[in-house]
Amino acid sequence: MKMGRTISKAKWGYLFILPFFLTYFIFSLIPLLDTVRYSFYEYYRSGLKTVGPNFVGFDNYVAVMGPDFFTYLKNTFILWIIGFIPQIVIALLLASWFVDARLKIKGEQFFKVVIYLPNLIMASAFAMLFFTLFSTSGPVNSILMNLGLAKAPIDFMGTATGTRLLIALMNFLMWFGNTTIMLMAAIMGISPDIFEAASIDGCTPRQSFFHITLPLIRPILTYTLITSLIGGLQMFDVPQILTNGQGNPNRSSYTLIMWLNNLLRAPDYGRAGALSVYLFIVSGILCLFVYKMVNGTDDEKKPRKKHK
Amino acid sequence: MKKRVVSLALALSMVAGLTACGGDAATEGSTDAAATGEISADAYLSSDTEGKVINIYCWNDEFRTRVEAVYDKVDHTSDDGTITYLTDGTEIHWTVNPNQDGVYQKKLDEALMNQADADADNKVDMFLSETDYVVKYTDAEADVAIPLTALGIDPETDLADQYDFTKTVASDANGIQRGSTWQACPCLFVYRRDIAQDTFGTDDPDEIHAKVADWDTMKASGEELKAKGYYTLATYADTFRAYGNSISAPWVEAGSTEINVDPQIVNWINDSKEWLDAGLIDGNIKGQWNDDWNKAMGSQSKVFGFLLPAWGIDFVLSPNWDGAEGSWAVTDGPQAFNWGGSFIHGCSGTDNPEHIKEIMLAVTADKDNLMKITNDYLDFTNTQSGMKEIAEDESFGADFLGGENPFKYFQPAASSIEMTTLSSYDQGCVELIQNSFSDYFQGQVDYDTAKANFERAIMERYPEITAVNWPE
Amino acid sequence: MIKKDVSGVGRSFLAHTVLIILSFMCLFFFYILLINSTCSHAELQKGFSALPKGNFVQNFKAVANDGTFPMMRGILNSIIVSSLCAAICTYFSALTAYGLYVYDFKLKKIAFTFIMVILVMPTQVTALGFLRLITNMGFYDTLIPLILPSIASPAVFYFMYSYLQSNLQLSLVEAARIDGCGEFKTFNRIVFPIMKPAVAVQAIFTFVGSWNNYFVPALVLQSKEKATVPILIATLRGADYMNFDMGKVYMMITVAIVPIIIAYLFLSKFIIAGVALGGVKE
Repeated sequence: MKMGRTISKAKWGYLFILPFFLTYFIFSLIPLLDTVRYSFYEYYRSGLKTVGPNFVGFDNYVAVMGPDFFTYLKNTFILWIIGFIPQIVIALLLASWFVDARLKIKGEQFFKVVIYLPNLIMASAFAMLFFTLFSTSGPVNSILMNLGLAKAPIDFMGTATGTRLLIALMNFLMWFGNTTIMLMAAIMGISPDIFEAASIDGCTPRQSFFHITLPLIRPILTYTLITSLIGGLQMFDVPQILTNGQGNPNRSSYTLIMWLNNLLRAPDYGRAGALSVYLFIVSGILCLFVYKMVNGTDDEKKPRKKHK
Repeated sequence: MKKRVVSLALALSMVAGLTACGGDAATEGSTDAAATGEISADAYLSSDTEGKVINIYCWNDEFRTRVEAVYDKVDHTSDDGTITYLTDGTEIHWTVNPNQDGVYQKKLDEALMNQADADADNKVDMFLSETDYVVKYTDAEADVAIPLTALGIDPETDLADQYDFTKTVASDANGIQRGSTWQACPCLFVYRRDIAQDTFGTDDPDEIHAKVADWDTMKASGEELKAKGYYTLATYADTFRAYGNSISAPWVEAGSTEINVDPQIVNWINDSKEWLDAGLIDGNIKGQWNDDWNKAMGSQSKVFGFLLPAWGIDFVLSPNWDGAEGSWAVTDGPQAFNWGGSFIHGCSGTDNPEHIKEIMLAVTADKDNLMKITNDYLDFTNTQSGMKEIAEDESFGADFLGGENPFKYFQPAASSIEMTTLSSYDQGCVELIQNSFSDYFQGQVDYDTAKANFERAIMERYPEITAVNWPE
Repeated sequence: MIKKDVSGVGRSFLAHTVLIILSFMCLFFFYILLINSTCSHAELQKGFSALPKGNFVQNFKAVANDGTFPMMRGILNSIIVSSLCAAICTYFSALTAYGLYVYDFKLKKIAFTFIMVILVMPTQVTALGFLRLITNMGFYDTLIPLILPSIASPAVFYFMYSYLQSNLQLSLVEAARIDGCGEFKTFNRIVFPIMKPAVAVQAIFTFVGSWNNYFVPALVLQSKEKATVPILIATLRGADYMNFDMGKVYMMITVAIVPIIIAYLFLSKFIIAGVALGGVKE
């Protein structure tokens, strides 16, 4: 914060940030407190009858915090990481190519526009397309069989690994363009003089990428990591549609938010509330951890744009 | 600035309001009637004068088309299908929400909870339910579906020609009927004539019936089919209803919070696994209502047959079949069972009791009307005498079935159906047990893991369930 | 990598190959979608085809004329919601960022930290309370709860804040004051125009996010006239055996992404340029 350069007209400051905070308090904080409150109650609907709310203390928290919680947390994390690694690698590669004038990429504008396109389709519609494409009687299987690469149709969604890889592939396709644009912007922010000097000193493109680009865009990488992690924790529509809400086989693609969704559907306000609180704590801890890990103890550079 | 302060104050007062609102609206419907045993119509009505708008909640236009076909007061329906105008100036407003993912029930439940506060023209007047969750709405304690007697319909006389099991299904635990249906859904074995010829040298329904008379016989015939490269059935889900509807006790006994898995369900699990491992079922088709299942009904498929009710033949099989007309035939399957059926209910708090009564009688109790529905839509309608007539009618034949009269088989099947073991947990149990054991059939998990997964899933769906008991 | 130009050619070749493969993957799905929207339900059942079929017009008519799925109404609702969201979200985020950046006041640091903290909160967490709240406020089944909350978007705020950090010279604000320009006017007339590239980027991101949002509309909308596009698509997908028509579903999805692609192509120049300028200089 640059205190020295600010202009002292405090009331205007309060006035300008008022709409934001007012909206936040009404539409997010009140619901949040409401959620937290009901996490201490037995409160659900059975058929058309409502049971509760009866105060039960931490019962819901105990009920939710079983081995299942960690299984689903692990699932969520696996789904995220196998999508995120290719995403960040490809995005870094593309971003460095795009800003590298020596490469003279033809149709650069075209590529920049196209890689963001998958982000425009609704995740659920995208999942639906994937489901059709990769079903046992779907086009991917018929192409593989026609090419002689597979003898019998491959049951992509029949195995845990297959389903997870499909979900990761979808997340990758949907978000690598977005990440590329962000990273590109960060790289363009680096002074061209540095690259020029490095080039004169005989730096190969690979060396300058690892020794100049990467360290200099560290803050934006942190940001990408954190926002992607938040997005990953919230992963829902893709596995939900692809696995019909069950995370099959054997709940290996069942994510925390899918669980929350099933609890909300019941609806079981108490346990859903407790799970929400846990989720909030988990996202907080993870972000703090990642942030500390990547940035050490330094300044207040924090996330900017949410994405998976 | 001042404005903002006001709205903040407003917001704060709402927080206060929130804490007071516990969700007691659900129980607001009167329960006095059921308690006293005396059913008075007034308890269910919100006004003395017949309202001008009838709101009907449903999940597709099936019921609307039936009403248009047989209710004599229908004048016309708007082009977009949302409003039907009656000749007496009343309007039927159709509220359609998809059944998928429980959206229909969620929206209906919300509306029912707000029923007391809604304006007369916005109150739900009628709603539909399916066999899988009809019990939830006919429940005496919830008391949202008006007893037929309170509407002036006497089930004993007015609905005498209906199949008994449809009346049982629509009644609450005290035997008070709270809904009515125009259809019964007995299932038959529908098979490909060409595959029958190829394997058994005949496509005659009676001879094929001998091949599928019971599960063991069917399995033996399945080996013959397999030798020719065919599957007997498409998916393990296809046989579920046959086993699932012959359970000896409900999934959850009244007043209990424990799920009892019936031995029949375990039989289904074991048989399905056996059939799948033996290669009699196509392992690539995981459940019903998906692409692969639809494709199994096409001409390229190697699947011999399906267990389907009348609606299944018309709305599922027929649209998916791309071969010549008359390639299919029906016969009795290994077991008679019912699959599906939509019930119509008058909704507590309505202001249109007269119209509800008229519509209910017209669509579910009038034999001529029901026969018209059968002729127009090939529904197996809820008239015992009518179905008997059509079953004996030699001139009646379905082109899709090569001129065969399916009612000849449907009719006796319907007569032998009993459905006395429904509970309000059926929908979740039926859906989740198939889902959980799918992994087991596919060889992804062992039996005990599948059991554990079912227990997890069912307790997520129904928070009040405390235990799941498996037969030993 | 002995000679520089040889490695350059190699890298260039690799870069082009990777880009072409990725673009192919990205466009492939749009192609499939388009092809599928020209197929009848029966044709879709039979299997995948690589060439378009002749049912495009028929599917379009089926989608456009079906009263239970008011497509035009849905698109209109979505356009209203998404544009308003994009507009108020970017404007108020910019305003908040400006307020926190330019002025000095006691709670400034706390306010800033607070926004950073709430950034990590999953939206689904508040869903329950949110539904109860808007029901009590009388906003159930209206478009208002889809629009108003976007005033408070921490992520957009942060983007705007960093943009200001690197692009706004306070001398400009001082100059405006000396000319007798009021604080509010200074923001609207001088600062906001400077933020145009950042606003364009966030406008399209917000627009896309709002256009594709299913979770909140599914929670608060009830009647068909209020439905947004994702709700309609879900309704179509949920249609049961009687009127289940995959051709219609694909057509609806196709129709639904047309406005958003137009908006994107229109703003894509700003996005790429805007991100480049957009204060990501750390």
